[in-house]
Amino acid sequence: MTLTAKDVAEIMRLLEESSFDTLSLEMGGVKLNLQRGSAAPVRQASAPATAAPVPQATAPPPPAQKARPPSEAGLAEVASPLLGIFYRAPKPGEPPFVEVGAKVEEDTVVGIIEVMKLMNTVRAGVKGQVAEIIAENAALVEYGEVLMRVRPVK
Amino acid sequence: MAIRRILIANRGEIAARVIRTCKALGIETVLAASQADLDSLPARLADRTVCIGPARPSDSYLRVETIVQAALGVKADAIHPGYGFLSERPALARVCEQEGVTFIGPTAAQIEAVGDKLRARAEAEASGVPTAPGGAVETEHEAMLLGREIGPPLLIKAVGGGGGRGMKRVDRLEHLPEAMRMAAAEAGAAFGDTRVYLERFVARGRHVEVQILGDGNGRVIHLGERDCSVQRRYQKLIEETPAPLLPPNFRENIHAAAVKFTERLSYRSAGTVEFLVDVDRGAFYFLEMNARIQVEHPVTEAVTGIDLVAEQIAVADGRGLRLKQHDVPAKGCAIECRINAEDPARDFHPSPGTVRRAAWPAGEGVRVDTHVFSGARIPPFYDSLMAKIIVHAADRPSALERMRRALAETHVDGVATNLAFHTEVLGDPEFARGGVDTGFLARFLDRRAAQQQVATNG
Repeated sequence: MTLTAKDVAEIMRLLEESSFDTLSLEMGGVKLNLQRGSAAPVRQASAPATAAPVPQATAPPPPAQKARPPSEAGLAEVASPLLGIFYRAPKPGEPPFVEVGAKVEEDTVVGIIEVMKLMNTVRAGVKGQVAEIIAENAALVEYGEVLMRVRPVK
Repeated sequence: MAIRRILIANRGEIAARVIRTCKALGIETVLAASQADLDSLPARLADRTVCIGPARPSDSYLRVETIVQAALGVKADAIHPGYGFLSERPALARVCEQEGVTFIGPTAAQIEAVGDKLRARAEAEASGVPTAPGGAVETEHEAMLLGREIGPPLLIKAVGGGGGRGMKRVDRLEHLPEAMRMAAAEAGAAFGDTRVYLERFVARGRHVEVQILGDGNGRVIHLGERDCSVQRRYQKLIEETPAPLLPPNFRENIHAAAVKFTERLSYRSAGTVEFLVDVDRGAFYFLEMNARIQVEHPVTEAVTGIDLVAEQIAVADGRGLRLKQHDVPAKGCAIECRINAEDPARDFHPSPGTVRRAAWPAGEGVRVDTHVFSGARIPPFYDSLMAKIIVHAADRPSALERMRRALAETHVDGVATNLAFHTEVLGDPEFARGGVDTGFLARFLDRRAAQQQVATNG
């Protein structure tokens, strides 16, 4: 008994639609562990019109890698919830979860982070339209690294 | 195979110290740092820093999969685990073995063999290394039988404990069943393992440990001993080498015991075998083995001139031991003081915060291993070690004098430290004489409290 990539994608979709956070499947020597990513932290980039933010003593330090500056003001950042390998599509050759211009809800899956064969979903965390995709497919992303930016809508 | 890039899976002074050796060896470094450490000294020294997670260790430094994924992601050949965190978790060594990443340390099996205190005790007995009278007890009846044989006072130790954690002293045999029930329950809660064993409680003991290096194929050399008897609640505060005032032949015997123990394991990398020296009986017993580089390793480096991290890397790289036993010198005396961000006036309570100004000592025979600079943050999530001041001199009196000067040169503003406390301990006649037992610091603190009381009342 083997699992095809299509089966895995189907199982992932089932988990997505369920109310569970993790799924462990063992059959005929095949082991599959799926984990719903905790909603990626969303940070609202401050608009240029607002006053410069006052640094707080407890403010977390900036992420190690500086993402390129946003092309427009008011974009929300979708940050990586984990260090791992970022995938834009459910599997190689398939269309990406989202492209620039895609409309997303808070819980729309926008990517996968792999940590030692454990797949974690990344959700948009904000309702809006994908404005920029920063992280490269199949590249190492760090915790808190900006994966993409979303133009929020009310 | 040659190690060209190392992922440092640690923080603080040990991360900075490992990076320095890597730089000297021409090896690239990638620091795996939590969000709280992205602006730390090791992050500034490393060729690259990757953020592995939030500040809380369980979300970053303690995640085996994340660490190995980071190593694979940055194409590191090897991982250096430092001390603490994952350094003695067999899981990290094992996943490294599976993924083809070199773990700079012992094998997973060796970490397991010495991590289980009962198994380590059995290994010691099997290699002919003396252990304190005692053994495993499963029932209260067994405990009473063994307790009567050894005689009180006794120590109940948790198999999963170590480093002073999970121990209970029993002074009267009739209290043994009750104490054993409690110890087992506490051990279960703290270590997930209710097994305990009994040992004779040594009234006056010294903590003497032996630094060893093994090639993983059965060849082991020792790099002398360290005396770490100045402890507060099993936390080491001052360490020195050589151990002062040991009886004749004692030193040679304790070195030989450490080598025998680790040879039998075909131990790989740097490790430390800890012994309890029973002052009244003139005997020594195996305590435990630490399968990692230790905080106090620089005193050994000072008197031998050997870079232990460089040797760890060489062994991990398959180059074996580059030294023979007779190549290991032992020149003079070295002492280390651990400078912690903790407040002696508030029962040594940790005092995290921002260091406004830090001025460290320098000069002939003075080494400072630190991650603290002016403006550095001491996050509350980690241990309070700020710096280790190590001095080296021809003999103990000169080393003590050098340490006094070094401490006087040191200034840290912004957080409370134990700097002044160190100066007080160094001025104590009992410590100056040398060879104190592990009860020394508690006695010193009692005397100090009494004097302060007199001063207040007078």
